[in-house]
Amino acid sequence: MVGEGILKGMAETARNFFGSFVSKDRLTTVQYPEQRELRIEAARDFPFLVYDGADWHQGMRCVACQICEKECPPKCIFIEKSKDKKPDANGKPQFYPAVFNIDISVCMSCQICVEVCPFDAIKMDVDYDLSTDDRFGGLLLNKQRLSKSNEYYRKIHPTEASAVDARLAGERARQEAKAKTAAEARLTTTAVQPASGEPR
Amino acid sequence: MTHLVQLAQLLDQIFVLAKHWLLGYVPAGAQPLCSAVLSVVPIIIVFPLLFAITTLLERKGLGRIQNRYGPNRVGPFGLLQPIADGVKTLTKEDIVPITADHAVHFLAPLLLVSASFMDYAVLPIGRNMVIVNLNAGVLFFFAVGSLMELAVFMAGWSSRSKYTLLGAMRAIAQMISYEVPLVLASIVVIMQAGSLSTVAIVNMQATYTGIWPHWFVFTPWGFAGFVLFMVAATAESNRSPFDLPEGESEIIAGYYTEYSGFKFALFFMGEYIGMFATSGMAITLFLGGWSAPFSFLAWIPSYFWFFAKLLVLIAVFIWVRGTLPRLRMDQLMNLAWEFMLPMTLLNLLTAGIWHFMPMGPSRWLVCSIMVAVPCILLSRGLKHKKKFQVHTYHYSE
Repeated sequence: MVGEGILKGMAETARNFFGSFVSKDRLTTVQYPEQRELRIEAARDFPFLVYDGADWHQGMRCVACQICEKECPPKCIFIEKSKDKKPDANGKPQFYPAVFNIDISVCMSCQICVEVCPFDAIKMDVDYDLSTDDRFGGLLLNKQRLSKSNEYYRKIHPTEASAVDARLAGERARQEAKAKTAAEARLTTTAVQPASGEPR
Repeated sequence: MTHLVQLAQLLDQIFVLAKHWLLGYVPAGAQPLCSAVLSVVPIIIVFPLLFAITTLLERKGLGRIQNRYGPNRVGPFGLLQPIADGVKTLTKEDIVPITADHAVHFLAPLLLVSASFMDYAVLPIGRNMVIVNLNAGVLFFFAVGSLMELAVFMAGWSSRSKYTLLGAMRAIAQMISYEVPLVLASIVVIMQAGSLSTVAIVNMQATYTGIWPHWFVFTPWGFAGFVLFMVAATAESNRSPFDLPEGESEIIAGYYTEYSGFKFALFFMGEYIGMFATSGMAITLFLGGWSAPFSFLAWIPSYFWFFAKLLVLIAVFIWVRGTLPRLRMDQLMNLAWEFMLPMTLLNLLTAGIWHFMPMGPSRWLVCSIMVAVPCILLSRGLKHKKKFQVHTYHYSE
């Protein structure tokens, strides 16, 4: 008979209507500015620059190699290489980006910059509070706004960050070991050959 | 005790008495005009207010049906949302398409709103509370109600857009198809009451046997008529599941796609005001108008009962909207012409038989069978129509 399914459907919607007043589990809406969902680890929106240590400028991992700038499909990254060098987190003198801008109104969140970065300096953020009343300046992020600490990276992508940290620590240990053997070798060579000062 | 009865009567008639008291201060020559203004202005204030409340209730209700909160940001529990919406539509730019027929484009929303307000001229909102007691009130109601179709087509045609025209064509097809069962469903009441005057129809229902009222909905033909009337009224006011003319997901907003700002709000309001008017007519015809549902509740003012019934019907409209998906055009037409029309015609016969049979259980039995059997048979006919087949295209292969 016509209307049987309609009555069934009406009963279902009525159950939802009254149920939403009784059980809080039914209301899954997160009341955004007051409540926030835990950020999903696998999420990504726009890139940020990782720094080690406390000072964002001092600890910046980026060495302005400009690979990401060249690879970026929508060309939203703009980098100007510095003239001088500054010591990085390991104390090794490196170039650094004098200017590093990302226009997130152009960025398409493809993550290619992250894939190509040999220094693990650029990673994807999960921050979504990006609305601004200035659609040009507010969406053009400079290197200070892009810089976020490694602790932050560890917080938003724990699995990925621990893998990166382990890799970086391994590399650092290897380099230190190499430096140590090199230093020892230099010591022995200087002992044998005091005249030659330049290490090869 | 008599004091209480007098107080109840005073409360019931307080608006009527207030109007007469105010008219006493007006010179005799200006009295007809002032009387008209005093009757019309409350309608023009109260029903748009009800519209504002309904938009909020609808969004809240639909939200709860879908396990959401609904609007809860503006004011406590989102109660000021209608004001925010009103300010928003008033401050929006009014864009008229460059190729549009400007005069008709401008007139369409005005005609829609004024036509839907004219419906209230014959609706008895309370005891002695009707603007004009026309002796052809029901006829006037349907005549003015069909003006809304004209407004809808004016809007769709004058915008010069394919979406508006599609929406307007659908609207005309749907509204004319459902006008027929709408009027035929109400004829049973006219047959029983023997009058086209809405006041007379309500007065006839406002009597009681014991505690039970004589509402027409409590008879087999009245119940069938009420259900058919409400289905046709839903289609007539372009509400879900009959919202093909404005189908938001297919033709954006149908005939008012090209309207923005306050004209859009006028369309929105006209539609709701029209829906309240048809609901009010259903209340007047079948649900006893302003009369109380039990004789011992008759001390509560009559206008309270009218608005209580109206709110219940609005809640049902919202409930149905939250439940049913949109019909397809052929399903819509099949329902109108193959189910509703024969049902209303048979219902006329049922009402006639009810009138001429002697009172008692026998006429209840006969008339119930006369309503139930065709309903089952006709709905089976609707069901058997569902045959899926591969459609072959002759010209586009």
